Parts: sequence; structure tokens; C-alpha cells
Amino acid sequence: MKMVTAENVCYTYWKTVEQADGTSAQKEVNALCGVSLSIEKGSFTAILGHNGSGKSTFAKQINALLIPTEGTIWVDGMCTSEAGMLWEIRKKAGMVFQNPDNQLVATVVEEDVAFGPENLGMPPADIRKTVEDSLLRVGMTEYAKAAPSHLSGGQKQRIAIAGILAMKPDCIVLDEPTAMLDPGGRKEVMETLHRLNKQEGITIVLITHYMEEAVQADQVFVMDDGKLVLSGMPKEVFSQVKRLKGYGLDVPQVTELADALRQEGVDLPADILTVEEMVGALCRLQSTI
Amino acid sequence: MIRDITLGQYYPADSPIHGLDARIKLLLTFIYIVTLFFVNGLVGYVFVILSLAAVIRVSRVPLRFMLRGLKSIVLIIIFTGLINLFMTPGERVIFQWGFLTLTMEGVLFAFQMCLRLVLLIIGSSLLTLTTTPIQLTDAIETILKPFARFGVPAHEIAMVMTIALRFIPTLLDETDKIMKAQQARGADFDSGSLMERAKSLIPILVPLFISAFRRADELATAMESRCYRGGEGRTKMYVAKMKRKDYQAVLLGVVYIACIFALRYAVSAGIPFFV
Amino acid sequence: MSITINHLTHIYNAGTTFEKKALDDVSLEIQDGEFIGLIGHTGSGKSTLIQHLNGLVAPTSGEILLNGENIHQDKNRLKEVRRRVGLVFQYPEHQLFEMTVYKDVAFGPTNLKFSEDKIRKNTISALEAVGLGEEYYDQSPFDLSGGQKRRTAIAGILAMEPEVLILDEPTAGLDPKGREEILSLIQEMHQKRKMTVILVSHSMEDVAKMAERIVVMHQGKVVMNGTPKEIFSCVEELEKMGLAAPQVSYVVRALREKGFPISPDIFTVEEAKNALLALLPHNS
Repeated sequence: MKMVTAENVCYTYWKTVEQADGTSAQKEVNALCGVSLSIEKGSFTAILGHNGSGKSTFAKQINALLIPTEGTIWVDGMCTSEAGMLWEIRKKAGMVFQNPDNQLVATVVEEDVAFGPENLGMPPADIRKTVEDSLLRVGMTEYAKAAPSHLSGGQKQRIAIAGILAMKPDCIVLDEPTAMLDPGGRKEVMETLHRLNKQEGITIVLITHYMEEAVQADQVFVMDDGKLVLSGMPKEVFSQVKRLKGYGLDVPQVTELADALRQEGVDLPADILTVEEMVGALCRLQSTI
Repeated sequence: MIRDITLGQYYPADSPIHGLDARIKLLLTFIYIVTLFFVNGLVGYVFVILSLAAVIRVSRVPLRFMLRGLKSIVLIIIFTGLINLFMTPGERVIFQWGFLTLTMEGVLFAFQMCLRLVLLIIGSSLLTLTTTPIQLTDAIETILKPFARFGVPAHEIAMVMTIALRFIPTLLDETDKIMKAQQARGADFDSGSLMERAKSLIPILVPLFISAFRRADELATAMESRCYRGGEGRTKMYVAKMKRKDYQAVLLGVVYIACIFALRYAVSAGIPFFV
Repeated sequence: MSITINHLTHIYNAGTTFEKKALDDVSLEIQDGEFIGLIGHTGSGKSTLIQHLNGLVAPTSGEILLNGENIHQDKNRLKEVRRRVGLVFQYPEHQLFEMTVYKDVAFGPTNLKFSEDKIRKNTISALEAVGLGEEYYDQSPFDLSGGQKRRTAIAGILAMEPEVLILDEPTAGLDPKGREEILSLIQEMHQKRKMTVILVSHSMEDVAKMAERIVVMHQGKVVMNGTPKEIFSCVEELEKMGLAAPQVSYVVRALREKGFPISPDIFTVEEAKNALLALLPHNS
């Protein structure tokens, strides 16, 4: 079953630019051109790309915050271009944004988590239950009465995730959720996402420019200049170190080291992504001597 | 840095006053302020002061917190006192100096006005000291709701208040960072002429406004993606329910109003003890 | 310029219930022309520390000496201290405000009341140093890309002719290309202009590549202070503080446990490549 299917999605908008003579003109920007992909239900998908590659624009398409100017996107069979399905789509595929400060609405954590269910018009007793449940699932129960401004970046992002969970979605789209966090916060958020995916089967679509975060994904898409340029399993994608660097992506140090050694004629597999794999491969080589 | 705005002046304590429904507290405070202007005569004021003292006692908020609210308006109180002291016409002249005339009526009236102001401030700080801004916001929303059909945007007002409370700490923090960043570039905010000082605010205000607009834009997108579409069809996680003690408080309020007007009647009827 | 920090303690909201000790008896010596990497997780006190170095925050106790002189001795000279110790904050959005890139960079030197001639000279040379050519002078700083904004912010500090350059997370949120540009710019300032540099960063990889000495902060204290080789060979201690060593150090550590004769103080891809090539069969 497909959670998201995109068929030849294009997104074009007009941007006002100031010209040298002081007048302004309209310039056409092609943020997405002909993106086709599909995301399985229950999968963990990473979409990689550098700043301005179109990956965030694509994320907003899944949440129907933007509608394709050409082509179609279906979210669990619902077409985003069709009027009337909007709220159902947003409920089905919730979205978490980059800046943790700019997506929390209320002054108390539990009130914020309740914001979505309140908008959906859930009965109060159900709201209290789903809020409690969602906070538990992101491990933030003890902060239910805290003020968001007192929390760390990683904790704020977990609250934002809880706020989406409270709406009982099947899919969560996260637009660079770790870009503004320190390593500790990044780890908290990534662990939460993997747990939700593995234990509850929630489809995760992670938009990021950190390759490390994509290593454990089921499938990876790489975007550049509004186009889909690479796709496949992490191992297939990440073995193309040169190409990835060309798209302005960060390659993990181990992958880079493996690539450098391969260039020198060391017989290493092309799909090394983690420290363990690297060490294992080197040990096997050593024992052949 | 700045004290947490989400708590406002809230003084956390476990008292019957803290536990009251915020709507009831808001209503009672409103009644208290209105009736304050019907009080006259010594006995009337003594009654109000004693009632207020009793409520403060029950609230378990230390008196100095109440008085702190007065500090900021001490000038207004003095000014009101002086104006009334010398501007009240009267016959029982105490002394006269040039155009200034001090009369017995003036002294009494000025005293009364100052007393009313002080009682008003203490009474309303009692509300904010025992109620969090969030509870107040919710209370205002429910109280305004019946007026929605007359075009009062009850939900919108409450939403604006909530978002303001949520973002004030963030923006204060940001202002601090911007000021430091500009100071690191040699900006000087506290010297020079008035004009220069006003100009030195530009490097703070421009980044702050740009950031605030960006935040507003992102927040709007985030709210939309969480299915926000105005107040219609919205439910609340907590629905305030009137409890037994809330009804008791209302009853006490009614008794209080009755006493105030009884005392006022006693004064105007000229019953000797009450004049 | 040398910086000496003596028993520096800073307490926020002293005497209230929100009291927090941000710096706890920190003593540190920074030599003229050094390149220091300052690391620690959020809340470790590193931001508070760097804000003390140019007098933006005053110590609760202890002192900061620039070339042996206490920076708070004469309040009128604080501006001079801020000129000599240039501090670039994390988000350029917190400081860009002018209509054009040129005017924004000129803001610092103008505040310092430099002569018209010197303001122009400094502004142009600072913009040149960060690689923003004349075509950018009249652009609005708000229309620039993330990396360009950051370079404009750095130019704004360079135009004040600082002797020490402190950068708070200068590469956070940038993509690899933008990051590379900023890092090589900092390297150039250090090598060509002989500036003392303090780089605050979460990225161990960046710090490992560039710093001559690394200072690790934890809970308001300086807990480690040494060369990158010394610091990154203590992977366990770093992890206990919620920090991580560069990925290569983990590979090296695991290999040593498996009996590989590899030196424990290797932490860059280049070093690891060379060390491993000497140990492994290859055909080139």
C-alpha cells in the first residue's frame, strides 16, 4: 500500500525581484520539476538535498500546504488538488517544521499538544486521553505542565511531534527537524522517530541535509535543483560519494574514508555507512593477509 | 533575565481562592470594582477593607505582593489626592494661601478617592496573583462567547492573547541577543542626545521586526497544517465546570453587594451611626 | 593579543529562585595568535564565556585581562575592548539591519567614529576578505543566501580591525559548500592575518580539522584543555558529557581493540587513510 504517490509534480511560483534600475520584475521560479516517487505505508523515507534543492517545497506538497501547479500527489489515495479533502489529508499526514519555536502555539505543553485535536473538534475527554498518550510516546509526560520556553530545542521538537501524534496520523512529514538542534537534541529526535516507525508502524518522511540521519532509512531520495536525482536503498545511494558531494551533501566520515581507501585500491565494499561496518570490513581484509 | 511572563504576577499557592473558577473570579472582581464606587461613609469603607482583608488572608498570598502592585501607581495616587485636596469646593475652610484653599470637604474627598484607588488596585492584583494568564485568557473567551453573535471576536481575542503570552519570552530573549550582537559592533544605546538614542534603536528594531514577521508567517503555516480554521467547530481539552465552591463564592458575592447597598442606604437615610 | 581569564564566575539572576551558575571558577590562558576550539553542549557555559571576553557580560567575580589589562577597569574603554575582540554571533539575522550590504558592514567602523576615509577602506577590505565583490555592495542583506549573510556578518566585525576573532557556531545550518567557504575564510584570517581565533562549535569534525588547542566546557567549568590529539583520544570522557569525537576516532578505537597497530590519536579522514594504507593490502 502506498502512503504517498507523486506523479510528475511541478511547482512554479512568481517571485518579485528588484532589478538594477530600481524597478521590480516578476521572475518565474521552478521549485519542483517533474518529481515522481512513491512512499510505502509504514516505511521510513529520507529526502536529502542541500538548501534550495526543493525538498522543503516537496514536503509542503504532502501536507497540502502547497498544491502542485502540474502533476498530482495522492496521500493515502486522496488527491491534494481536490477541494474538500484538505483537512482529512492534513490529519492523515501531519507535519513538523524546522524551527521548534515557531510551531508551538500554547504557553503550556499539554495545551499545545491539544491544539490539533481541539481544531478537529474531538470531545474533551478524548482530547485529554490522546494528549496524555502522545506525550508518553515521545517521552515528555513529566513536562505536561511546563512552559515551552523553558524546554531545550530537542524537547520542543518532541512536543511538536506529540502535537501531530495527538491527531492520530498515519504519516509524519518532518522538514529538517534537527537543523537547529545540538547533537544531543538531534539524537533525541531521531530516536523518537525510529521508535514511532518501528513500534507503531507510522510512516516517516524525513527531509534533511544530514546524511547520517538517512543511513537507517528504508529508502532515500536525493533532490537537486527541484528534480529527483537519485533514489534507492541507503547503501545504493550512499556508495556514490562523488555524486552526492556534487549535490552539496554531507558525506559521513566513514563513508568518505572508505571511498578514499577504495580510490587507493583497497578492496572495500562500496556500501559502508557505519563505524561497525567499516571496522568489520577492515578486519576481514586484515585476516586475509 | 526577565521574569517568566507566562506566570505574569501569579503567586502559586494552594488556596480556595486559587482553586476558584477563573470566570467566577473575573466576575467577582468586576462586581467588586463597580460597587467600590457606591461605597460611602466610614462604616462602608471599613466593611470593604475587612472583606478584602479576609479574602487576602484566605488566598495565602503575602501582603507585600499586594502592595507591590501599588508601587507603580503611587504617583497617580498622590496626584489624584493633591488635585482633590485643593480642587474640592467646600465651606469648612482649614486654611487659605493665595489661590489654594484647603477645606475639610477636600480632605475627606481626597482621602476617599485615594482609598478607592488603593482598594481597586489591591483587589485587581488579587485576581492576577491567584490566576494564571492562561486561566484568565480562557475565562475571557468563555465570558465573551455569548457576545460573539453581536460581532465580538471572542475566540480570536483569546487566541491573540495566548500567542502573545507564548511569544513574549521568545522575543525578549531575541531582543537581548540582538542588542548584544549590535553592541559587539560598537553600538551604544545609553549615551548621546535624545535624537541619537532614538536612532540607536533602529539596529535593534529592524532585525526584531523582520524576525517577528518571519515567526508569524511560520507559525501561521504550522497552525494551518495542524488543521486550525478559526473558532468554529473547535473543542477544548478542559471544559471549566462550576463546582460547589464556585456557587458558594457567587453567593458570597451576592451577600457582599447587598451589604454595600444596605450601608449606602443607611448613609443616605441619615441613620446617625452610619453618617 | 593574549587573553587571561582568572577565576571567572558568572551567576544569572543572583538572589532569585531562577539563580543559575553559568560559569564556575573558570581560568584560561589564550596566547597571541592561537586557534582555539571551544566545545560543550548547549548550556555548558560556552556562550556566556565568550560574551565575557569582549565585556558584553560582566563577571560576578573574577577578571578578564587583555594583554595584562583588566577590561572592566575603565568603563569608557569597553568600546575599544569590543573593537579589539570581535565577536560574531550565531545568527546573522540578529544583526543585519541596513538597506545595503555595504552600509551594514560600515556600521561597526562608523560606531567607532573612524574617519570617512578609513570607514570606506575598512569596509571594502572586509568585504573583499569574505569574498563579497562589488556586485553585492548595493544588495539588500536580506536577499542573500544563508552563507552570504554569515559572510556579511563576519565582514561587519572584520571592518572594525579586531585582533581576536570569536565565532559562535559560524557554520550551523549551512550546507557543506557554505560551511567549507566559512571555514576556509576563518583559516585564512588565522594564517594570513595572524589573528587569534576562538571557534565555538558543535561540529567535532570542524574543530578537529582547524583548532590548535581544544577547550571543553561542561556545567560551567573548563573540564578539558589540550591539543586535538589529546582531547579526541579521550572518547569515553567526551561521551559522558554528551559530546562525541569525530567518527574516525571511533573507527580507530574499535580497530585498536581488534589488535590493529594503529596510533590512537588519529581523527581526520586524511590521517586515517594514510595510516590504514600502510597496514592494508592495496594495488596502486
